[in-house]
Amino acid sequence: MNFSRIYAVVLRQYYLIRASLSRLLPLFIWVAVDIVLWGFLTRYLNSVSSVSFNFVPAMLGAVLFWDFLVRIMQGVTMAFFEDVWARNFLNLFSTPISIIEYISGLILSSMATSSIGIVVMFVLAVVVFGFSFLTYGVMVIPFLIVLFMFGIALGIAACALVLRLGPAAEWFIWPIPAIISPFVGVLYPVSILPQWMQFVSRFLPPSYVFECLRAIVLGQEASGSSLFIGAGLAAVYIFLAIAFFIFTYKHAVRTGLIARYSAENIG
Amino acid sequence: MANSVLVVNNLKKVFGDIIAVDDVSFAVDGGEIVGLLGPNGAGKTTTINMILGTLAPTAGSVSVKGMNIAEHRSQVLKRMNFAAVYAPLPGNLTIYQNLHIFGLLYGVKNMKERIEMLINRFDLQKFRDKKSGVLSSGEQTRLSLAKAMLNDPDLLLLDEPTASLDPSVAREIRSIIREFITNLGCAVLWTSHNMNEVETVCDRVLFLSHGKIILQGDPKVLPQQYCKANLEELFIMVANKLPACEKD
Repeated sequence: MNFSRIYAVVLRQYYLIRASLSRLLPLFIWVAVDIVLWGFLTRYLNSVSSVSFNFVPAMLGAVLFWDFLVRIMQGVTMAFFEDVWARNFLNLFSTPISIIEYISGLILSSMATSSIGIVVMFVLAVVVFGFSFLTYGVMVIPFLIVLFMFGIALGIAACALVLRLGPAAEWFIWPIPAIISPFVGVLYPVSILPQWMQFVSRFLPPSYVFECLRAIVLGQEASGSSLFIGAGLAAVYIFLAIAFFIFTYKHAVRTGLIARYSAENIG
Repeated sequence: MANSVLVVNNLKKVFGDIIAVDDVSFAVDGGEIVGLLGPNGAGKTTTINMILGTLAPTAGSVSVKGMNIAEHRSQVLKRMNFAAVYAPLPGNLTIYQNLHIFGLLYGVKNMKERIEMLINRFDLQKFRDKKSGVLSSGEQTRLSLAKAMLNDPDLLLLDEPTASLDPSVAREIRSIIREFITNLGCAVLWTSHNMNEVETVCDRVLFLSHGKIILQGDPKVLPQQYCKANLEELFIMVANKLPACEKD
């Protein structure tokens, strides 16, 4: 591993964001809109609900954690898309950078860019809507770790998919979180899902996070062991996603796709 | 071969039922400029991509300074660089930023000084903080060449470096490249469709046709050997598979 090559990937992203409002604003605008929308909704629900249940940690907290995962995933894919849009693969992959260094650079870029959105989300949720991480206690740490790991895995797998299918496959990537969210029970317990959806949810690490989150809010005991399962699954997915990216890269080198990436390719 | 910087052995690339490069072998020594010529689709860029490691050969090997690129990819790529008209640097970064990023990727020592020297030598000072996407073709070519010289390469691959440039800019670029090559003593593989350019800059040429090397030699002598007035006529003969009147 050469850290100067990893730093080059991160620095490129910094240069681009620093110079472009259209890259900077999306880092926090959408998450801010999400928090405001769900913040007012939870406030309304608190005011009309007959039970003494606080919707803020249950719903706004869940949305905040879900947005965290989405930001991490998009942080990875956005850094990758910059190379797609700039048609930079030939220049990039003819340098000494290894695939693992490149992926590490994408992950670090994502950590840097998503932290901006996370800070904005956190400040809005705390200051405007009275949200407190203290509700979840120390479990906040494993929640964030599991979601971070799964976001990274999704991001790398998404990049591999675009590398394999060509630039037009970008539209496959944006809906991925929306497709996954019904299965992981961000806003409702997994138990209300049909059996087949519950079966799928067992293989999705965020399900374990959101089940634990709801248990804490309802005053029940959160299952640490289930979070271990979630973290284990997420680690497996990261490994599989990297293997998928390397496999796709090698295929692209075999077929010549790296050298002429601007061409559509699904063959 | 023993002192060659680049050694290409029995290189072959097959796409489906098309043989793009067919059993190509050659070597390039330090300080030597070898022209890789041939009509469109002859396999020049495919060969260059295989040397760069961005395309895996179906068979054969590429070694730079005795190291096989398939086994020592990072070490080999650290010692080479390339510029091609079809691979401009990211247009959304400035000239300095592009050189800085690629300097980090190639592990360039004394980077600031090296970048400033290249910016000055390629006459890019006034565009230093301009996004490279807004530069003219000639300026973008100069930037690509500055990037290609960043790491003092042992092997330089130039794929049509002066294509799309007017004759005056092309001549200026050629003279800068020659100066660098003389100073660096690196091996150069140069593709071009401009036969006057090839005659001027190349010590040796390889003619590719249908993926095979069919002629090679000194560009100043080769045309006479095949009863042609110049390299351009020889090129047309090769491209159109016309008969030659080989002497001896």
